[in-house]
Amino acid sequence: MQISGAQMVIEAMIAEEVTVVFGYPGGAIMNVYDEIYKQDSFKHILTRHEQAAVHAAEGYAQRTGKVGVAMITSGPGFTNGVTGLADAYMDSIPIVVISGQVPMSLIGTDAFQEIDAVGISRSCTKHNYLVTDAADLPRVLKEAFHIARTGRPGPVHIDIPKDVTAQIAEYDYSAPVELETYKPTMKGNARQIKKAVDAIAASKRPLFYLGGGIISSEAAYDVREFAESCGIPAVETFRARGTMGADNPLLISMLGMHGSYAANMAMSETDLVIGLGARFDDRVTGKLSEFAKGADVIHVDIDPASISKLVNADYPIVGDIKTVLEVMMPLAKEKVDKEKYVPWLETIENFDRLHPLSYREDTDNIKPQWVIERVGQLLGDDANITTDVGQHQMWTAQFYPFSRPRQWNSSGGLGTMGYGFPAAMGVKSADPERVSINITGDGSILMNIQELMTAVEQKLPVINIILNNNYLGMVRQWQTLFYDKRHSETDLSVQPDFVMLSQSFGGVGYRVKTKEEFDAALKDAIEKNVVAIIDVAVERMENVMPMVPSGGSLFNMMLEYKEK
Amino acid sequence: MSDSVRRVVSVIVYNESSTLSRITDLFSARGYNIVSLTVAPIPESKYSRLTIVTSGSSRVIEQIIKQLHKLIPVLKVYEHEDLVEKEMTLIKFPISENISDIDTLCQAYNGKIVNAGPDMVIAMVADEPKRIDHFLEASKRFHPKEIVRSGAVALER
Repeated sequence: MQISGAQMVIEAMIAEEVTVVFGYPGGAIMNVYDEIYKQDSFKHILTRHEQAAVHAAEGYAQRTGKVGVAMITSGPGFTNGVTGLADAYMDSIPIVVISGQVPMSLIGTDAFQEIDAVGISRSCTKHNYLVTDAADLPRVLKEAFHIARTGRPGPVHIDIPKDVTAQIAEYDYSAPVELETYKPTMKGNARQIKKAVDAIAASKRPLFYLGGGIISSEAAYDVREFAESCGIPAVETFRARGTMGADNPLLISMLGMHGSYAANMAMSETDLVIGLGARFDDRVTGKLSEFAKGADVIHVDIDPASISKLVNADYPIVGDIKTVLEVMMPLAKEKVDKEKYVPWLETIENFDRLHPLSYREDTDNIKPQWVIERVGQLLGDDANITTDVGQHQMWTAQFYPFSRPRQWNSSGGLGTMGYGFPAAMGVKSADPERVSINITGDGSILMNIQELMTAVEQKLPVINIILNNNYLGMVRQWQTLFYDKRHSETDLSVQPDFVMLSQSFGGVGYRVKTKEEFDAALKDAIEKNVVAIIDVAVERMENVMPMVPSGGSLFNMMLEYKEK
Repeated sequence: MSDSVRRVVSVIVYNESSTLSRITDLFSARGYNIVSLTVAPIPESKYSRLTIVTSGSSRVIEQIIKQLHKLIPVLKVYEHEDLVEKEMTLIKFPISENISDIDTLCQAYNGKIVNAGPDMVIAMVADEPKRIDHFLEASKRFHPKEIVRSGAVALER
């Protein structure tokens, strides 16, 4: 059929079964917004900043595993969205971002709200397009969704000049995607898999090193079965929290810079690392030459570039985790003797007994870790958790009892302050039955605070819990430890009244100083079912411990540091 | 880097306007070296062939190849081991120099004088990049006015 470029965008959304689009209109994308006005196939959620639109699309994608969609205009609309693209790129989140562009005749003339959008997004997207002819749009839109969701997922950006959205052309979405140059490897090499299983059977102290790729591959329950059937312990990366389930006895904890002592010691003592969908990030490995020094490495990943990038893989397996495990698990069940690893499990238990992940209730003030544990006790599986970036984020990763994949959603790779609140809105729009909690800090929350308006208008009752220490806490912690306590520009003593702030947008707010007040506030916020801020005054000088100082070895942890 | 090696990589890419910048952006974003880069369409196909001369440790070279492969419009990446490699250079000499000596030198390096004007001659030489270096060194005594090198192209044997 002959339709306009703008109508093609709408038709593609329908064909891709998109139910919600996050966005912000502007001059160059008005043709598309005119078509959004005329349709009722999907919901459009107007955020109050383009960055929030992209983060909300990420939150939606993270919760559902489907492709999240955001629409923004040219120039500043696009540049505001770039942080979201970069965030999705670093954390391999499937989103499609459609931006308007000035008309073709004005491209290159420094026109109003013109910027070389694809030039900017090239290095922070999996792929991008500048569409110069509406006849290309059906193919481009279909390819974009395909590329975003397949292989190692990631963001795809489509830039469409205004005259192309007005142009009439033939629309046919039925043609299958034909990308001769893009064919992700799904099946692992059978011989390599067999060799890896032999290595597992021969090892004495194997360790699963679980990464976010497991969540993307929807393989968390397969991984649980694999670990349990072989009796092999596991450590999770930050992004993989929820894979094993907090009460799984084989789960040690998170590893890395703020990982548990037992997790990092297990990684230092293992003789075989079984890496699944993890990328050996510097925050995980610490000093590379000391990382899992005595161990061989099995590395399963869909992205060949992740394998042997930082740590050499003795058994490299390129493929989709779920597909690889279908072959690997039956072989392992046959060959691996569970009993053999009992002493290894005991060693790990001893590590954990020696220095468990813990905190001290040694002041009258609420400890931030307590808040997270308490939310876990009260809501547990019933809540989806997002965070912003900083101390609160690490405490959440350490102390929340994640029970399932996709319960947890936080900016890992890019570390984007301001991610949590809009992402929590995206999560809520995808999973309205569950409570959507954003655990945040007094620094981060102000980086997308305008979204209170979106949350009120769209009835997305996100509960923002601020662990308020009147500091940019993580930077202050580093200043204390590595800059001789020179707390340069990290004191946030001057703050808004968060209660009134939330109320002024039409939300609810609570200022909490005691544990009883916290319980009451959380209960009330859930009952009120509108966007909330619970501003919790926590112990100011608490630090995230244990800690591997940047570039240090995993086995050389700072276990405690009391700051006055 | 002490273990840095020179490598010639051929990349077959889908022929579209943004592809070259995707590749050069990748090199600059990840801090890889480009010694030379040539690109031209492959006859009777929708693909182009890039020949990139790069250098780095074997681990870096491996990453370069994998990262190139990750780009959506990239069809194939070859790292050449056993190859025929050629580069062309054009060089302009003043007419006042000894033309027959220049011609003799060019012939020793698979070249010849290809153009002459009232005050200059232009010679063309096509040979292995190392030999081109030698040629340019040897031609210094004829006081070249301008030199242009094409960058290497290569084919696996």
